[in-house]
Amino acid sequence: MSLALKLAYRNLMGAKLRTWLNVFVLSLSFVVIIWQKGILNGWDQQARRDTINWEIGGGQYWQGDYDPYDPFALEGSHARLSVATERAIAEGKLTPILISQATMYPEGRIQNILLKGIDPNQKIIELPSWELISENGDIPAMIGKRNAKNNHLKMGDYVTIRWRDANGTFDAVEVKIVHIFKSNVATLDMGVLWIPLQKHQKMMQMDGEATILVTDQKIGFGGSIVGWEFKDHYLLLTEIREMIEMKSVGGYVFFVILMSLAMLAIFDTQVLSIFRRQKEIGTHIALGMTQKQVIVLFTVEGAAHSVLAAILAGIYGFPLLAYQASVGWAMPGSTDDFGMTIAETIFPAYSIGLVLGTTLIVLITTTIVSYLPTRRISKMKPTDAIRGKIQ
Amino acid sequence: MNNSALIHITDLVKTFPMGKREFTALKDINLSFSAGEFSGIVGPSGSGKTTLLNIIGTLDVPTKGDARVIGRSVSDLNSKDAADLRNKHLGFIFQTYNLLQVYTVFENVELPLLLLKIPSEKRREMVLQSLEWVGLTDKIKSRPAQLSGGECQRVSIARAMVKSPQIVLADEPTANLDAKNSHTILQTMENLNRELNTTFIFATHDEKVIQYLRRKISLEDGQVVRDETIKG
Ligand SMILES: Nc1ncnc2c1ncn2[C@@H]1O[C@H](COP(=O)(O)OP(=O)(O)O)[C@@H](O)[C@H]1O
Ligand SMILES: [Mg+2]
Repeated sequence: MSLALKLAYRNLMGAKLRTWLNVFVLSLSFVVIIWQKGILNGWDQQARRDTINWEIGGGQYWQGDYDPYDPFALEGSHARLSVATERAIAEGKLTPILISQATMYPEGRIQNILLKGIDPNQKIIELPSWELISENGDIPAMIGKRNAKNNHLKMGDYVTIRWRDANGTFDAVEVKIVHIFKSNVATLDMGVLWIPLQKHQKMMQMDGEATILVTDQKIGFGGSIVGWEFKDHYLLLTEIREMIEMKSVGGYVFFVILMSLAMLAIFDTQVLSIFRRQKEIGTHIALGMTQKQVIVLFTVEGAAHSVLAAILAGIYGFPLLAYQASVGWAMPGSTDDFGMTIAETIFPAYSIGLVLGTTLIVLITTTIVSYLPTRRISKMKPTDAIRGKIQ
Repeated sequence: MNNSALIHITDLVKTFPMGKREFTALKDINLSFSAGEFSGIVGPSGSGKTTLLNIIGTLDVPTKGDARVIGRSVSDLNSKDAADLRNKHLGFIFQTYNLLQVYTVFENVELPLLLLKIPSEKRREMVLQSLEWVGLTDKIKSRPAQLSGGECQRVSIARAMVKSPQIVLADEPTANLDAKNSHTILQTMENLNRELNTTFIFATHDEKVIQYLRRKISLEDGQVVRDETIKG
């Protein structure tokens, strides 16, 4: 094997241009897959972190009937909090959020929104609820910047909202936009209006009630609450996971295309060189190599492309990827509107496993592709091969 | 029967399939070669010289009969043993030199020693010695493309001789060379034969080669028609 490596090295270095062309294409697939996986990893990590910090904390309890995908169920999905729950809230382990449907009339247009009541004093999620602490009689409201942009709302604006309370009675009031927050978590922002919990409860005739309870990441809660279901991170982050998985597929397709290109080039090189180098193969055999040894030599030679590619990818890819990791990748502004949890700048996250895994895949694929054409060698008659007779 | 013979061929027949029929390339060959011979298989093109040399070189097997090379029957050798035998005891010189184009002169000559797993210090010594025999020590770093035909054939002689094999098989070694170069390489091989007692077997129809031979085996249509020893 070490002999094969030595000879393969000599042959590759002698072949120059063709070798380097193949190696370059292969190195590109290396860099591209690692880069794009790194971006997705970075996005995934950021999205999870933001979602946890801003929205779901250490997990949520949902009132039994609550279903975020069914707005019609909202009317019934709220419940009074038990004494024990109230105590946990007071201890900072939980914070309640009441969710109801409403209509907003910005500039005379009609807009369906979710009204979310939150305790202005909560410290469990990063949503700046303290902005809703107010002294005067106005109902303070807070929206995200996507929502503000879509509805042309500014700080200090008043906007009319209309809702139906627990008794089915319609009512309307003007709220004052006291703060516009900026969050990567789109679900906190798009179509949501935040108001103080107690005001919300009063408006709805639902004193002491809530729809969900967010647990603190550090303290946690742990117990079970009758009539409420605990939703853990795995469940609450499903959407992010699925989105990243979907994006990954696109990336794999690209990787597979690039790899196929490289593999085709190497396969072609192998077939051609086995054909062109028949005389060389015959000579090796005459000098005392077995056909098997020649096959190993050619396979190693082909597979060595991937080793060189890994080295080359390291040479130009490493600084490129490291630079990207430090400055991040700026997302185009419009991604805000996709409703995905995404930061303005994604910092790619590369892992050793990613690099090693990619290297292994490329190495194995290259070896297989290099080996396949060499089976011709075992069918060759050495006496014909020496003369370079075309078979 | 000569038991001290290095190569012993008895009742050898070689046929090749030709469509549905068979073509007999060698017929009833009986020959022996001893250590230190400087002999040639001589005959017109197509008479079976290369076929015979290939069988002696364990690259092909007889259809009938037997060829024993250094005590081993070539028909019985598996591919690994045959490779081993070639590696240790046989040197090949080809009409078209068959040098590896991407290797330097040094690397070309070194190759058989790599296969023999000889350590690098020793390898270097042996390669330089061999290149000295053929007078090419100043071309170590050149590649075959930079050499003349005569120089290429000298490299190939160095490659065949580097492991001091017992037998060197040279198939039409002068066919691509001019008279001056032909004589140079023949003199080189003659010297090596005398100094190292290496057995040389040529396949040739070149008069320039024939005049150096000490034994001339004439082949016609796959049959030995004459086997003459020429006194020096
Ligand atoms: N592999 C082969 N298949 C079929 N016929 C062959 C093969 N090798 C050699 N021959 C035939 O055997 C005869 C002898 O060939 P060869 O030994 O090459 O002759 P020489 O070397 O004397 O010119 C030729 O007629 C040639 O066509
Ligand atoms: Mg011939």
